This record gives sequence, C-alpha cells and structure tokens, in this order.
Amino acid sequence: MMRQAALNWRDRVLDVLSHVPDPEIPVVSVVELGIVRDVQENPPRVVITTTYSGCPATQVIQADIRKALDDAALSEVKIEVALSPPWTSDWITEDGRKKLLAYGIAPPPKGTGAASLKNAQAATCPRCGSIKTREISRFGSTPCKALWQCETCREPFDRFKCH
Amino acid sequence: MTIPTLTSKDAHFDYVLRLGDDALILAQRLGEWCGHAPALETDLSLANIALDLIGQATMFLGYAGELEGKGNDADKLAFHRDVNQFRNCLLVEQPNGDFGRTIARQYIFSTWQYLLYQQLARSTDPRLAEIAAKALKETTYHAELAAEWVVRLGDGTAESHERVKDGFEWCWRFVDELFSVQPLDPSIVTSGVAVDTATLRAAFDSALATTFAEATLPLPKFPRPVLGGRKGHHSEHLGHLLSDMQFLPRAYPDAVW
Ligand SMILES: [Zn+2]
Repeated sequence: MMRQAALNWRDRVLDVLSHVPDPEIPVVSVVELGIVRDVQENPPRVVITTTYSGCPATQVIQADIRKALDDAALSEVKIEVALSPPWTSDWITEDGRKKLLAYGIAPPPKGTGAASLKNAQAATCPRCGSIKTREISRFGSTPCKALWQCETCREPFDRFKCH
Repeated sequence: MTIPTLTSKDAHFDYVLRLGDDALILAQRLGEWCGHAPALETDLSLANIALDLIGQATMFLGYAGELEGKGNDADKLAFHRDVNQFRNCLLVEQPNGDFGRTIARQYIFSTWQYLLYQQLARSTDPRLAEIAAKALKETTYHAELAAEWVVRLGDGTAESHERVKDGFEWCWRFVDELFSVQPLDPSIVTSGVAVDTATLRAAFDSALATTFAEATLPLPKFPRPVLGGRKGHHSEHLGHLLSDMQFLPRAYPDAVW
C-alpha cells in the first residue's frame, strides 16, 4: 500500500515534468532530453543536470520546472542540480530522438557519447533521409547543436551534438 | 565528502581560483570576437567556447567562494575583485591580436586544459573531480577545433602561415607558466586534490609536435618565459579587461535580470 502510494507520487511528479518543454527546442520535454535525472520522495526533490556548463537555458529550465511544480501544488518539491555523472546525449530518450527528427534536427548517434565528433559518421538529413551530408560548422545556433548541410536536397540543418 | 586533512585551506581556495579565473578571463577575451570574427563559423565557434568557459568559471568560482567561507558567490568573485586578486595565467589575459594569434592562444590553452582536466577528473576532492569530468567533454571540442584551425592556417596560404606562426611566437613566452607554477602548498598536490602540471608537459609537447608537423609550422623559438599571473602579478592588459567586464555590476550593484 505504501509502495503503491510512493509510485503514484513519483509518477505524478514525472508527469508534470514531462510537460515542461526545453526552452530552445520546445518539441522535446526536459525528461526526454535526459535533464531530469531522478525524482525522490523523501525529502521531496527533483534532481536535474545541465547539458553544457554555460548553457543559458539552464536557468530558464529551472524556473520553468519550479513553476510547473508550483502550479501542480507540488511547491514542497525542491530542485537539486547534480553534475555527476555528466550529462550525455545518450540520455535523450527514443521518443525524444523521434521528436527531434520530426522537428528537423538530426538526433545524435547513440552509444558514442564520449569524446569526439572528428570521426563521427555522417548525419542523416532530417528532410530527405540522405546520408550524403557534411558538417558546415561544429558550433551552431545553441551550444548543443552543430550546423550541417545535405548534399542531396541541399538543405542546411541542425544536428544535435554527440556529447 | 571530506577533503584530505593535509590540505591547507588557503592553498585550496587559491588553487580553485586559478581554475576559475583562467576560464573566466579567456571567456571575456573570446567574447570580444563576437560579431568581429573572420567568418560566421568562427564567430559562432569562439562565442560558444566562451560560453562553455563561463559555465566552467561559474562552477569553479562558486566552489571557491564556499571554500573561502566569506559568503562570496561566483558573481561576487568575478566582479568585485581587483586585478592583483586574480590568479589566472598570463596567457589568457593577452589581447586577442589577429585571428592567427587568437587561434595560437586557444590551441595552447585548450590542449593544456584538456590534459589538466583529464587528471583533475580523478582529484581526491570530489567537487573538483565532478566539475572537471563535466568540463572535459567541452574542452575536448575546444582543443580539437583549435588544432584543426592551426592546421588550416599553418598549411593554408603564405599569409595565414606567417600569421599563425607569429601568433605562436608571441604566445610562447607564456607557456612555461602553465606547467611550472605549483600550488601554494605542495600538500594539496601530494594529497591528490591538485594536479602537478609539470607532469603534463610531455603529453603537451607531443600533441604540439603532431599538430605542428601537420600544419607545416616550425616549433616556436624559446623566448624568456614570463611568470607572475598565479601570484597576482599581471600585465597591464588585465586591468583594462576588468574595467570593461566589471563595469556594470560595479556601477549598478543592485541590477538584476
Ligand atoms: Zn536532404
């Protein structure tokens, strides 16, 4: 009985968080991006992490989560930021990856989240599906994205960086 | 979460300030390129590197403030210290010069910082270890990007070759400081909190030799090394940088977002 209640509370918090969009890529939630690391009931808290150290969205994300929790009458839930283990793009969920692709952002290749993009395989064009693509700029419109171009349909597109 | 008892508190604070100030001052310098870089791609790159470094500085300086125990947060340490209280290396405060010199400085700094963070990620101070582990992923990118540009410029036109070569010659006098100045109290190295940077030199030299060979650049000559940043003895350039960086929070101390 106790266990059931605990699960329900946790699921309720997760449900609230799954409706908090990333401020820069609003089609995915902070849960789908892997920013939410843990939900604990005792004491009540949400553990989040940051993607890039200097990402300006970090403070907005914290404020958005705070507001969503408050609106759901969960004001007692504190927000904690954990640095370790460091965020990796491997934590983006399968649903998150599908939504990124549909939004026009090539999702990061999975399982290679460690070091380098230098020898990374070509991105798949989110518009036409071609793999004849090339990197234009390693740094793009936000810290988490690089700018690529498709050689087949010629369209430029964002690629979520493998990190 | 106990930090080894051998550690002298002041040396520990001083060490974390060094890490934070290096990142903060270089970020401010790189920010000067915003809107002025040779191409959109490089503008984005330099601004994004600056952003990563500001994030790293925020984490290190926030922790430094806790170690200091005087109620200072990262902002207070960044904006309310005078020039002789900064502990950054001299390399990062140098003016940008042209793009060749900026790339030379970035290559030296990011290659060194990459090697440093690799070791710091194993620090016996868990806070330093987790910050370094996170920052290492970003710095890997910076070091790669800088190395690619060194090759592109060095093995590019006669003009780009000369410029990046001159850039390295200018920066080279500040390299020894990165490896030779140890923390105030050697016990924070022996206890595993801090990294003995002298041990990074061989790997640095070997990375440099590889990149320089690919870039068709001659190894820099060895001018007399200049030291002093870690003791607060800075070049005239840092004061000017701070007057720009610190102006707003000093003139408007109550300003908030
Ligand atoms: Zn295409």
